[in-house]
Amino acid sequence: MDAPSTPIPSGIEGALDVTPQTRPRATYLEVLHDWIVTVDHKKIGLLYIGFALIFMVVAGLEAMAIRIQLAVPHNSFLDARSYNRMFTMHGTTMVFLVGMPILFGFGNYLVPLMIGARDMAFPRLNAFSFWVSAFAGIFLYFSFIGGLGLAGAGTAPDIAWFAYAPLTERPFSPGHNVDYWALALLASGIGSIGTAINILATVFCMRCPGMTLSRIPLLAWIYATVSFLVLVAVSPLTAAQVMLLIDRYLGGHFFDTQAGGSAILWAHFFWIFGHPEVYVLVLPAFGFANEIIPVFSRKAIFGYPAMVAATVGIAFISLGVWAHHMFTIGMTSFGNTFFTLSTMLVSIPTGIKTFNWLATMWGGKLRFATPMLFSVGFLFQWVIAGLTGIMLSVSPWNWQLHNSYFVVAHFHYVLVGAILFMIFAAFYYWYPKMTGRMLSERLGKWHFWLMIVGFHLTFDVMHIPGLLGMPRQIYTYEPDRGWTLLNQIVTFGAVIQAVAMAIFVYNLVHSYFAGKAAGPDPWDAWTLEWSTPSPPPAYNFPVDPVVASRRPLWDLKHPEDPDSAFE
Amino acid sequence: MSTIPLQHESLAATWRLPSRGRIGMASLIVAESAIFTIFVVAYIYYMGRDVSGPKPHDVLEVPVFGTICLLSSSFFIWLAEHAIAHGNMRSFRIWWAITFLLGAIFLGTTAQEWHKLITVDHLTVSTNLFGTTYYSLVGLHATHVAVGLILLLTVLLFALAGKVQTRHSERVQVLALYWHFVDAVWVVVFTLVYLVSR
Repeated sequence: MDAPSTPIPSGIEGALDVTPQTRPRATYLEVLHDWIVTVDHKKIGLLYIGFALIFMVVAGLEAMAIRIQLAVPHNSFLDARSYNRMFTMHGTTMVFLVGMPILFGFGNYLVPLMIGARDMAFPRLNAFSFWVSAFAGIFLYFSFIGGLGLAGAGTAPDIAWFAYAPLTERPFSPGHNVDYWALALLASGIGSIGTAINILATVFCMRCPGMTLSRIPLLAWIYATVSFLVLVAVSPLTAAQVMLLIDRYLGGHFFDTQAGGSAILWAHFFWIFGHPEVYVLVLPAFGFANEIIPVFSRKAIFGYPAMVAATVGIAFISLGVWAHHMFTIGMTSFGNTFFTLSTMLVSIPTGIKTFNWLATMWGGKLRFATPMLFSVGFLFQWVIAGLTGIMLSVSPWNWQLHNSYFVVAHFHYVLVGAILFMIFAAFYYWYPKMTGRMLSERLGKWHFWLMIVGFHLTFDVMHIPGLLGMPRQIYTYEPDRGWTLLNQIVTFGAVIQAVAMAIFVYNLVHSYFAGKAAGPDPWDAWTLEWSTPSPPPAYNFPVDPVVASRRPLWDLKHPEDPDSAFE
Repeated sequence: MSTIPLQHESLAATWRLPSRGRIGMASLIVAESAIFTIFVVAYIYYMGRDVSGPKPHDVLEVPVFGTICLLSSSFFIWLAEHAIAHGNMRSFRIWWAITFLLGAIFLGTTAQEWHKLITVDHLTVSTNLFGTTYYSLVGLHATHVAVGLILLLTVLLFALAGKVQTRHSERVQVLALYWHFVDAVWVVVFTLVYLVSR
């Protein structure tokens, strides 16, 4: 941390909070019971985050297995079937059990605090949503030992994360692996829809006095938009899973091509979910950037209304681009043109966002603490990911490169280079609020630089085998293709990223016990969560705060020059 | 410990927010609409693509009576909402009970229709594409009616026990919102299945 923490001026009369600070020490059983029955949004948020971190490690190990297998041609580290299981479980886990839960976790924790509420709108629904999602995760992984048993390394799904029909139908996938996949996603979908309803109701109905919709932090705006997207995008996936289960259990013919069913319809249904899902994941990352970049530039966010409009615009456009995943399936020329143009249109609101972040930093007093380092990394990588996205939106180019490693590199650039980087930034920024301890800056810098090097070695280089024609989802390749050295570099980068990840996990654990005490407001920030002690008490605010501008803590710290004078 | 309340010229007295029950139910309705849309799209997509019968025209009869019951129940639940808002608990119980009864009759007619389709026409989910899409779309709607009936019955039992008061008016209205949605979906399903595809 570069700047000393600034205490909140206590010029204004504080309400007396008579809750005792010290309580008798609880037994382990009491603590466990407390966490299982909790309806506190902060504890549920932490449960989400912890759950997601465990699965992040698991899915990371699956990625490592994939990379080891591809490091040399004709490798026998994994056989074809296990390799299929690895990439299916890696993708499914990272999207449904890491990405969504970790973002919902931060949303759960931060949104009520930021809008000055004491909890979410429906605390019990919140707990229900978490436990259903947790059940989905455990259920999916039970497939390794469940179903047809441990023989042959279990029966984990091996149908890729988009599970194209008719491979998922009974004749082609006997056994229970597809059922585990479909039921787990169904359950996780119910949890996501529950949380989305909850966040929407929270943002619209739980704001503290003065917190008008034009004053809520951009993060809250983004979570409201994301929740709407979850409602209209995850629900189709839920519907499609029900159809798949009807096919598999009741002998239906939705995706049964031999009885007139359509495999293409599944592809449509899946990508109607699948593409907005990308924005469900990336928008919260934008939200973190919206909060972190201004604080470390010492300037208010540039263009608040434009940022809100761009957020809503992205959500809207993202609902009309799904078939750009299906150019090679074959469409009319009208379809190709429409989805090419609509996909390119996304770059306008995202461009607005990017320029607004740059304008926020422009002329600011930049502090390169770890959260800001990750945010700057995010900015660069997000632009590159967007550029390869525009390349892939051009249908003739897409016909050439579809399902090649170029596509894999592109979406990992988004998922790792943009989303994961901002998740790391969010950890470094809000961990002090959540635990009362700072994460180590020294380890954080190691984490950042190793991550940057590992990331670029892996995913920059991964574009090239794609251009050379290496398809995705193959378990091995011939030595004479010229892909060997490139794959070795990619695997080497993955190892560096694994080391960075290990440092991060060590930092999380070590700083919890030995980190520097954070105080309520270590970053000299402006949103309401920093007005509470770290960690905040169960009730968040002893009395409802009343705000008069977008930066209530700035108004408090600078009564001579409050933002509220300019609104 | 003390935290600092952020007090400016107090507007707490005039601060009004929408009801979380309504926003929550509206959000649920958005999600449900998306689910129904997918099933409707599948139904339209597979309409007339069957190679073997039975076809909709051969076996379906327009369920006029059930439809009248379900759609008119929306009117009676509106009367019930009105009654509870004005503290008229006696008429609330009557209108609410009628709503429940009409919903139950609708579900009964659907059950009868399915019984006929299965035993007489030998149409099941696995018979052909029409069977698959018909049973899943109509069944999805019937499931929603069944859930609505359970909720209506719960409120009815509490009302008969005298536990529902005027102060529960808003919760009753939120539940009614769901019931109106179920009715509105039937308009779409009815038009598509019994008028367009038949």
